Amino acid sequence: MTRETRQITGAQSLVHSLEAVGADVVFGIPGGAILPAYDPLFDSTRVRHVLVRHEQGAGHAAEGYAQATGRVGVCMATSGPGATNLVTPIADAYMDSVPIVAITGQVPSAAIGTDAFQEADICGITLPITKHNFLVQSADDIPRTIAEAFHIASTGRPGPVLVDLPKDILQGVTSVLPHEVWPPTLDLPGYRPVTRPHAKQVREAAKMISAARRPVLYVGGGVLKARAAAELRVLAELTGIPVVTTLMARGAFPDSHPQHLGMPGMHGSVAAVTAMQKADLLITLGARFDDRVTGKLSSFAPGAAVIHADIDPAEIGKNRIADVPIVGDCREVIADLTAALRTEERPDLEGWWRSLDRWRKTYPLGYDQPADGSLAPQQVIERIGRIAGPETVFAAGVGQHQMWAAQFISYEHPYTWLNSGGAGTMGYAVPAAMGAKVGRPEATVWAIDGDGCFQMTNQELATCALEGIPIKVAVINNGSLGMVRQWQTLFYDKRYSNTDLGTHPVSARTGVTRVPDFVRLAEALGCVGLRCESPADVDATIEKAMSIDDAPVVVDFVVHPDAMVWPMVAAGSSNDEIRVARDIAPDFDYSGDAEVNL
Amino acid sequence: MTRHTLSVLVENKPGVLARVSGLFSRRGFNIESLAVGPTEHADVSRMTIVVAVEDLPLEQVTKQLNKLVNVLKIVEMDTAVSVQRELMLVKVRADLSVRSQVLETVQLFRAKVVDVAPDAVTIEATGTRDKLDALIRMLEPFGIRELVQSGMVALGRGSRSITDRSLRAVERSA
Repeated sequence: MTRETRQITGAQSLVHSLEAVGADVVFGIPGGAILPAYDPLFDSTRVRHVLVRHEQGAGHAAEGYAQATGRVGVCMATSGPGATNLVTPIADAYMDSVPIVAITGQVPSAAIGTDAFQEADICGITLPITKHNFLVQSADDIPRTIAEAFHIASTGRPGPVLVDLPKDILQGVTSVLPHEVWPPTLDLPGYRPVTRPHAKQVREAAKMISAARRPVLYVGGGVLKARAAAELRVLAELTGIPVVTTLMARGAFPDSHPQHLGMPGMHGSVAAVTAMQKADLLITLGARFDDRVTGKLSSFAPGAAVIHADIDPAEIGKNRIADVPIVGDCREVIADLTAALRTEERPDLEGWWRSLDRWRKTYPLGYDQPADGSLAPQQVIERIGRIAGPETVFAAGVGQHQMWAAQFISYEHPYTWLNSGGAGTMGYAVPAAMGAKVGRPEATVWAIDGDGCFQMTNQELATCALEGIPIKVAVINNGSLGMVRQWQTLFYDKRYSNTDLGTHPVSARTGVTRVPDFVRLAEALGCVGLRCESPADVDATIEKAMSIDDAPVVVDFVVHPDAMVWPMVAAGSSNDEIRVARDIAPDFDYSGDAEVNL
Repeated sequence: MTRHTLSVLVENKPGVLARVSGLFSRRGFNIESLAVGPTEHADVSRMTIVVAVEDLPLEQVTKQLNKLVNVLKIVEMDTAVSVQRELMLVKVRADLSVRSQVLETVQLFRAKVVDVAPDAVTIEATGTRDKLDALIRMLEPFGIRELVQSGMVALGRGSRSITDRSLRAVERSA
């Protein structure tokens, strides 16, 4: 008896494979080379395609989706410029270890290398910014390649994976049917991430922790990636050790928790920065001693021994030598550490906490209200956080508003803070908020954006309006590229070279008013546009935005142009040089400090 | 800076050389020599990479290399316990007046002549870096017209093979 073999196209195989791997949303734009894939995608009832307006938006949306849900985000683009427009979000995902899979069309195999229309060597271009990438050579390989791409993106240290599909492969036929071969056998002999920590290292770490007098739990984004927030809390409460959460880890430990000292780094709290500088032990969990955290590396935490746990062995010892290196998944590391510490003596931290509490009390985060009665950006952001509440997901762009959003919103739950930490990609907020809202439609999602960032990617509001993705956007409009302007104020003698954006009611430089007018821009993009210019209207405006849930809302918060982000450690300076405000250094009088022997 | 020789087993797939060499350059390492070719197993290629680098950055680049999905295994070849060889072809000006002296040098280094023309000979030589450098110095006075070198290849001494375990992994998944 001859069984008739059924054949499908490569494009069908791609869509069926995406269904089989559990992808429920794809953000993308069709074009010539990827066109065959869009035909079966049209019929899929399990994969929703969200038609974005720019491929960069697709990439950041996939990131926002992934960071809010923990699942792999998917974006799709055509060859050439479609693919190169994905480069920025791919680089962003690489820096922040975000699991995304980018699917790109490629010119037909026979045309590769001929400078064909819309040809770009996207595998070559993304080599340094992907965890791995694939150029698919046969339609038979599509199910296995998709399974491998999702596996690599989501396991070990997560990251972006790109799958490049030549048009003839999509159009060709195959008798390898995804639903028959699923799950396909992965062929990845060189990919074996270590997740189980070494028991001896864990015991060693536990001994150091119990002997420490001034320990700090230095918590990075790896704790969120490992979904270990609950385990972290158990460890912290068992030991009583203070916690700092990096920009990538905001939400990994509740901000309201008495053991939380806040964010470390260039714009971290005085208590968090100082605790690390004075620590005798850093228990580093899924963090990577980034320059924005350490300041001048040679003077960072000079008296601290280092326990460094990370799933990526290459991070350990990269910037700071680890006394106890632990390679493993943070959740397992923390669970094993907790178990080991139950039999160890609890460290005596009474003196340490006296110092920490004093620093915390003397140098709390704060800001001044502008004397002219205009809006303080910090107040706007603080009020949005308070009114929207801790269940809200916040996505920020990059710059002053990002730092204020990291400082003045209280994060109580993991996966409620999304931002571009490593790459510092302006324009991240709106599309990332869109992706987060698609992944978690029940959650309120606020983008906290700047007037500079917003003008880079606001076209995705059209996507949001048409696809029913009612995000809320707060444009913290200070009329300029605020963080750059802050540096010009501090380090370039107030020479404001090319930072005035003209988005304020009256531009200081040109006299032009409100270009663009964000309210009218929002309305043109199918959103509700609101404006707030005085402190008295802040709460009412936020509440109005909160009450609209059938359309995206954009609020133009016109804030004072001179507000600055404090505290600050100037780039390249030691963290000991932290300034609470301009020219004001914290006064640490250690001489009378009997508890902490510095 | 110390010179290190790394043997890197990789999957025999398109683009792997670019992944490996690109990683060295973007992490700021200069490759002194690189040789790549098939092994006794069709699915596996072996690269021998010589880099001049201090121990700590070497550890970092090795860890970064290990993260490449197509890299199966990395072993540092210690000169004391490995055999290291390079191949060189060198074309030397050698008319009748000096040809015998050139041939004498060739014999001293146990090299061989693989091509001869009225005014030149092409010499093939194999050996360690030091030996080849010495040969070049001896030939320079005659006039070197052209020179090409293969890059270093290396194997550990004794009966052990670095391919054993990683090859089993390849076979299992194949």
